[in-house]
Amino acid sequence: MTYIPISPTEREAMLKTIGVESLEALFEAVPARYRFPKLNLPPALTEMEAASLLTEIAASNENTRGDLVSFLGAGMYNHYIPSVVDHILRRGEFYTAYTPYQPEISQGTLQAIFEYQSLMAALTGMELSNASHYDGATAAAESVNMAFANFRGKRRKVVISPTVHPQYRETIRTYTQGMELTLVGDDATADLQAAPEALIPWIDLDTALVIVQYPDFFGRIFDYTRLIDAAHAQGALVCVVANPIALALFKTPGAMGADIVVGEGQPLGIPMWFGGPSLGFFTTRKQYVHKMAGRLVGETVDSRGQRGYVLTLTAREQHIKREKATSNICTNQGLLALASAVYLATVGKTGLKQVANLCYQKAHYAAEELSKIPGVGLCFPQPFFHEFAVCFPKPVAEINEHLLEYGILGGYDLGQDYPALKDHALIAVTEMNSRDEIDLLVEVVKEALS
Amino acid sequence: MTEPTLFELSSPGRAGVTFPQPDVPHFDLPDESLLRDDLPLPELAEVDVVRHYMALSRYNYSVDSGFYPLGSCTMKYNPKVNEDACRLPGFLFTHPLQPIETVQGNLLLMYQMQEWLKEISGFAAVTLQPAAGAHGEFTGVLMMRAYHKARGDHKRVKMLIPDAAHGTNPASAGMLGMTVKVIPSDSRGNVDLDALRAECDETVVGMMLTNPNTLGLFDEHIEEVIKLVRDCGGLMYGDGANLNALLGIVRPGDLGFDVMHFNLHKTFAVPHGGGGPGSGPVGVSQRLADFLPSPLVGIVEEADGETPPLYGFITPKHSIGRMKAFHGHFGGGLVRAYTYIAMHGADGLKDVSQYAVLNANYLAARLRNTFKIPFDRICMHEFVMEGRVEGSDVRALDISKRLMDYNFHPPTNYFPLIVREALMIEPTETENKNTLDAFAEALLKIAEEAKTDPELVKTAPHTTPFGRMDEVKAARELVLCCWLPEGYDSNQ
Repeated sequence: MTYIPISPTEREAMLKTIGVESLEALFEAVPARYRFPKLNLPPALTEMEAASLLTEIAASNENTRGDLVSFLGAGMYNHYIPSVVDHILRRGEFYTAYTPYQPEISQGTLQAIFEYQSLMAALTGMELSNASHYDGATAAAESVNMAFANFRGKRRKVVISPTVHPQYRETIRTYTQGMELTLVGDDATADLQAAPEALIPWIDLDTALVIVQYPDFFGRIFDYTRLIDAAHAQGALVCVVANPIALALFKTPGAMGADIVVGEGQPLGIPMWFGGPSLGFFTTRKQYVHKMAGRLVGETVDSRGQRGYVLTLTAREQHIKREKATSNICTNQGLLALASAVYLATVGKTGLKQVANLCYQKAHYAAEELSKIPGVGLCFPQPFFHEFAVCFPKPVAEINEHLLEYGILGGYDLGQDYPALKDHALIAVTEMNSRDEIDLLVEVVKEALS
Repeated sequence: MTEPTLFELSSPGRAGVTFPQPDVPHFDLPDESLLRDDLPLPELAEVDVVRHYMALSRYNYSVDSGFYPLGSCTMKYNPKVNEDACRLPGFLFTHPLQPIETVQGNLLLMYQMQEWLKEISGFAAVTLQPAAGAHGEFTGVLMMRAYHKARGDHKRVKMLIPDAAHGTNPASAGMLGMTVKVIPSDSRGNVDLDALRAECDETVVGMMLTNPNTLGLFDEHIEEVIKLVRDCGGLMYGDGANLNALLGIVRPGDLGFDVMHFNLHKTFAVPHGGGGPGSGPVGVSQRLADFLPSPLVGIVEEADGETPPLYGFITPKHSIGRMKAFHGHFGGGLVRAYTYIAMHGADGLKDVSQYAVLNANYLAARLRNTFKIPFDRICMHEFVMEGRVEGSDVRALDISKRLMDYNFHPPTNYFPLIVREALMIEPTETENKNTLDAFAEALLKIAEEAKTDPELVKTAPHTTPFGRMDEVKAARELVLCCWLPEGYDSNQ
């Protein structure tokens, strides 16, 4: 009866009003032979016992704030989250509300989403943003749905760079299995050293979408302008999967001519939480707004002449278009979109540039120091942001095991996804890593190799 | 009394949280052609940010502020201990790609969650990966497709969906290019068996059934429905949106469903967050278990004496693939739901459903003499009534808006489509009798007002901070973003 506020006396009065004898009598429509199964679950805990159990479970993990120093990224990053973010998220008015169907009593959520849309458009250099998707991978998959719908299913090819996050590519393949389209460009033999222009020969009049990542999975910064121009020459759309922190420093995908910019919003004030929930952002140009999936908030006025906000263009969505909808999505990541907006508002222009610059400086220091170790080298010569690939003269698993003994979470083993990159690790460095930690990483790698 | 936007509040040179200077030697940024020249984000102090969001929060109605009987959304109370649990550092700050030996707590929690959801639903296997109900639904339909394909059965293209279904059901089937065949309801709100029989042939992928359905009614012929679909080789999909009526009451797996998504944000008290994140695990029968998305959590090394088992990731044999990056909505979804289930146990969960059904039937009993309930029998956790009053042209929307003046959140409007002026009411088990009585009395009063002073109802709400919004203007002008004001000089 933990959260049920009805006394036995009240219950009896209510049953009487309904005209049944007992609670059990309410379930006669349920087939008798299956009714009231005995569930085999552990006995109920009190709040005190549950709090203690959960504390124990959480403590049996090694976390990246007390137990481990992390150099692991690959799509999810250990950044500082200002205190104010969670204080706002803990407001019951935000987290215990639902989708703002009734704008008169949901202006808080609606204006917060409108501002989130504005912040994401400004950050990516695009014209508009939706209210968000589940994560970066599903936002990327939705870009395929949108491009497919944009060409009414007549263009049946998607060109995807091999340096898009492997899990994103896998998610896109899952999403599109019923769609009769082909995904090309990322086969196992693809040259990972090649410039983005190497994708151009794949693009033709049957191509709906080209997908690249920025910085790419190996942390590299490319100017995609020429690739995007070549795609546009064939009439294809281009989606750039971007890291939002990098966008504080680097040329925006919008400025390169991208049609869609998506990405993982987790670096913007959202904890890693063992992988989720996080935030998939999705921005595009005005001309595609009717093909875009997801919730959208627009500005308007109320009956009293006040500025206000509503969910708009809902006719695109599943509850109206049903099987003809571009996507079945019916929520957004509301609270985490709020988190990223609070984060961006708090760190602002200055703070976000500082974070990006700290990531850049520290990652470059780590890369320089690591590549001084005999046998260790950077894989790629191009500029990078806060993540880089290094080759080791030994399996990455062995080095990481050694690092873990010193409480260091080593880089991502690239050989898992790229056979050509056996013994290569992807090292991520953020503002959270001190020079001492980087020096320790270098020392322990040296020791592991000696 | 409108609140300015973050961009309007911005003032050049103001800053909130700032960061330390680099403690490493300086490295030059790459060539300027790779850099951006402006960053048009607002500049605010922390106190500006806090006051802004506090002002916005006051414009919101929420479960913490009052009764929120939004049908099909299960807006139950969100226990506060769950908020603390999911913010423990061991959960917040673990990376999804850490070595499994360093995240045994997370994996144990996920493993037990899979086991508990199996036990609660009667399914053979569960994936925790889907991010929301609609995502779980898409996962389920992908598995149904993969199952038929793996058997070389390529002629199955037709998905059967009742007329009362959620819009996500046809949209999920549509995403996979399936044909949707709508099955009507009979006079008691059940699936029309004759209509269903006529559609059951060798082209059926399966049926997507919400049970209890969106009228809040448990299908009285559920076993016949499932038998018809299975006899023609189809699979039964259960939309778990309404599972709050069934905990410890009946297990969908026992009834013969093959696949069902859970909405942890409805049934297991994960807060709705203003529209997300949700969490939509999916349970399946044995014949679909090999098709689940990868990875699942399993025991990779059995326990040995004092040593506990080692939990890790496993890939089902014919997995449809990955539904998103990483492992699902772990922190915000699974940890909260785990805490909730741990505190309820079997009896507690059964109470949840019994009282959710009690509350719905009690409200229906208090309202049925004034408002028409078209399929009027004992309902489950929600019911649908017609939001209109004889002798008045007041509509369901007006009644909804007027309820706000009585400080209630309105029910779901105009859904399901098969009920005229539908108001779908789901009180949940976490409301007391006084609240239910006050809500019923407000509706009875509004029914009076609809006759004596219809304008009062049609122009409602009157006491909320905002009035009705001009939705046409929003869609026509499409102002979707705001920017820093014209002439804003960030170098000032």
